[in-house]
Amino acid sequence: MNIKVLFFASCRDLIGSSEREMTLPDGATVTDLISRLASEQARFTDMAPSLMVSINQAYAERDAELQDGDEVAFIPPVSGG
Amino acid sequence: MAADVYKIQNEEIKPDALYNAVLADSDGAVTTFAGVVRDNTKGRGTSYLVYDAYRDMAEKKMREIGDEVKEKWEVDCVGILHRIGRLEIGEISVLIAISSPHRKASLEACHYAIDRLKQTVPIWKKEVWTDGGEAWIEGDPSALASR
Repeated sequence: MNIKVLFFASCRDLIGSSEREMTLPDGATVTDLISRLASEQARFTDMAPSLMVSINQAYAERDAELQDGDEVAFIPPVSGG
Repeated sequence: MAADVYKIQNEEIKPDALYNAVLADSDGAVTTFAGVVRDNTKGRGTSYLVYDAYRDMAEKKMREIGDEVKEKWEVDCVGILHRIGRLEIGEISVLIAISSPHRKASLEACHYAIDRLKQTVPIWKKEVWTDGGEAWIEGDPSALASR
């Protein structure tokens, strides 16, 4: 399946881009996506525990299964206001 | 015709426009809150701020806050604006305006709305200090437990 992954703020700086198209095996979860990114960028492993994840603009848990066409975002602790 | 407003914008925030947008003839109160760029953080001089947002989700979460407010208090309309991009000292970063028939509801609702915004809405602030340093500011992750 193909998904769109968005990165913001400190996470975008670490990954080096704001948006990526990624291909994952069917049945992959948020945790699988995190493992894939960590394998490419080791420091993502350190950052991941502090990140929230959203799927199609709703906060999601780590065990949530991804679907083809999903928009997934990594959300550092928010600091609006 | 009064209406709810939930918007992320690059343009300067104009308080009068939001105030007028939420106000109807049947209202007896409007409470507004403006968050403003301060010139220091714990004594370290701030040069300017840069705000970034996950725009679509942020507007959706702001609407959810408005819906929560309407469940908890007898309010009329809710307006929430947040600016992104570069903001100078003294400029408004966030503006909330809530109208209600009676003052207590909008006063309490406005306080709740800004607290929730700081917990759930995907917006980030980068501080650029006068000493040349800069960093993305991270909120309290535990706050999201009650998202």
